[in-house]
Amino acid sequence: MTNTLNKSTIGASEAILVIEPGRTEKNYWSDLWRYRELFVILAWRDVSVRYKQTIIGILWAVIRPLLTMVVFTVIFGRIAKLPSDGQAPYALLVFAAMLPWTLFANALSESSNSLINNANLIGKVYFPRLIIPTATLVTAFIDFLISFVILLGMMLWYKFIPGWQFLYLPGFILLALLASLGPGLWITALNVKYRDFRYVIPFVVQFGLYVSPVGFSSNVIPEQWRLLYSLNPMVGVIDGFRWCLLGGNSPLYLPGFLLSLGIIAAFLYLGVTHFRKTEKTFADLI
Amino acid sequence: MSDTVIKAENLGKRYTIGHQRGRGDQTTFREVLVQNARNLWNKSRDLVAGRPVIVGDTLEEVWALKDVSFEIKRGEAVGIIGRNGAGKSTLLKILSRITEPTEGRVTIRGRVASLLEVGTGFHSELTGRENIYLNGTILGMTRTEIKKKFDEIVAFSEVERYLDTPVKRYSSGMYVRLAFAVAAHLEPEILVVDEVLAVGDAEFQKKCLGKMGDVTQEGRTVLFVSHNMGAVSTLCSSAILLNSGRLTRQGTTQQVIDEYERLEALEVRSEWTAPYNDDAEAEAHLKKIEILDCFDQKRHIFKSSEPIFIKFTIDIDKPNKNLKIGFDLTRNGLILFRSEQTDSLPPGSLIKKGTNILVCRIPPDILREGDYFLRPMVSIHMVHWIQNDIAPAVLFTVRFDASRSSYHMSITESNHPGIIFPQLIWTVELTTS
Repeated sequence: MTNTLNKSTIGASEAILVIEPGRTEKNYWSDLWRYRELFVILAWRDVSVRYKQTIIGILWAVIRPLLTMVVFTVIFGRIAKLPSDGQAPYALLVFAAMLPWTLFANALSESSNSLINNANLIGKVYFPRLIIPTATLVTAFIDFLISFVILLGMMLWYKFIPGWQFLYLPGFILLALLASLGPGLWITALNVKYRDFRYVIPFVVQFGLYVSPVGFSSNVIPEQWRLLYSLNPMVGVIDGFRWCLLGGNSPLYLPGFLLSLGIIAAFLYLGVTHFRKTEKTFADLI
Repeated sequence: MSDTVIKAENLGKRYTIGHQRGRGDQTTFREVLVQNARNLWNKSRDLVAGRPVIVGDTLEEVWALKDVSFEIKRGEAVGIIGRNGAGKSTLLKILSRITEPTEGRVTIRGRVASLLEVGTGFHSELTGRENIYLNGTILGMTRTEIKKKFDEIVAFSEVERYLDTPVKRYSSGMYVRLAFAVAAHLEPEILVVDEVLAVGDAEFQKKCLGKMGDVTQEGRTVLFVSHNMGAVSTLCSSAILLNSGRLTRQGTTQQVIDEYERLEALEVRSEWTAPYNDDAEAEAHLKKIEILDCFDQKRHIFKSSEPIFIKFTIDIDKPNKNLKIGFDLTRNGLILFRSEQTDSLPPGSLIKKGTNILVCRIPPDILREGDYFLRPMVSIHMVHWIQNDIAPAVLFTVRFDASRSSYHMSITESNHPGIIFPQLIWTVELTTS
């Protein structure tokens, strides 16, 4: 199977490729599958290079969410005295949201800069370009796994045992990744042409941290605003994480969650279609 | 079996290039603001309307490739020849699916691997070993393939000892050897290779050529772009000549190289065209120099009794009243004179944004017999050079017009010493009988 380039197969199973302006490739998605090894190796490259030539290396993935959590716990829990969900310790409430937020923020910023960072590849070789932004999600995911270990440690410390909802966590991790992929694809494609978007993302990420229910529970939002608040797709993801990790303490607000889900799907659709539409001009513009 | 593996029909690729209107003629802050606001408005209008947004006020369409059709049979090694900017790289990029053609179509049977540079995707922080996997995968090899050929690749590259050192510690020679070693072990059905042999030392180049020769022996199809005519003729059985984006000749390598050299010899003398990759930041870009006779025809041999016209085509991006364009005229390495447009035109005469054409006339009966070289110069007066190449761009020849003298068939050092031979006017003031 893997030896399609082998000499014996020349002439036998060769594909006929037609290159024409505006031609949409029928086998794009199967091509994507054929280039899976490239996906793996690009992801591996990003991960192994990420903390090269830094002193504390991978500890960066630990320190940043941990410090933010401490600050948020102090400000929102102690000073502003916002209520936690049920019996859950405030630090856990914050950290359960820090996890998906950091995952989302990292994935979004990495993927939206990904095409520009790989400009040399785009100008010199062909492959389905979708591989580049999606491969960056892996880096964000690895950072997430590291922070996750801290969460487990915190749970031990607080002697907090999550309920059966914990089993749904992988679904919500995927959701956080998809939530970042949609806008990420869109912005990275725009970034090729208009570098303005390079400045948009740090702003969105900084702004979003306060707009999303990271430092506080979304239960503090007045009931009549909940649905409107859920227009922010990360509200659904974060609520979902809390529901999984804090068990019955954070019941899921279903209409809001479904709305977030719909928004994530819409962004993903827009992102993928825009990306596919502009993909062929990347090499000319980058 | 003479089946076609690549068939190109009427391929064309158009690029749209934007030119900025003059910044130099905006003197006040208010004007700059107005201009920026207008640009912003235009851009956002384009964005909303879904039109491509192009930076600049005037647009120019450039056909990098036009009406190119050809067929390539299985197992052929085809050289693609042409000057800089002839469209070779664009053609390769279309064939390797990096960019899309504007018109026409290509049908390709089999898998294409393209090698437009060596070491694509090499990451300086990663070790040699890691980069072999990374680069190999990027070029389209599978992991199992790379594993199988790993030892061969390492042996070919001659960097065994540094395999676990990050490539940023490599010398440039080692880097190129490793990069090429990976590329040389690609085994696609169709291999597209751009000028990659220009790197590396002569010995290694020879090794690479040998390796590529093996590839074609195995019945694979190779498309090869190079400026090295020797490499093209050893590797390729046939060739394609591109000139200004058009296919001007297809045939055996020898025929095509002959044609190319004939064209080059013709053009180097009477015309010079700027290579594509000049400094985009510069105020002005010298595009072309032509040597013309008084009938506006390109020529390179003149009689000493004829005037010679030198035509400069220059694109001005940022008008500047101190822009100077000129040339040194040399013969046998000796500068005869330097001339600049400001010698006879008032300063600031060359400030129109866009394409400007200037003509300098060398009057008749001044130059003596010989080959003259012209070295162009463009500068902002007393500020900086825009263009100051050491190499001459054009060459023309002057032959003595024997009808001008009743005594000499030619002007030589012995009958007329001196670096120029001006035909001065002699009059008879007085004769007594």
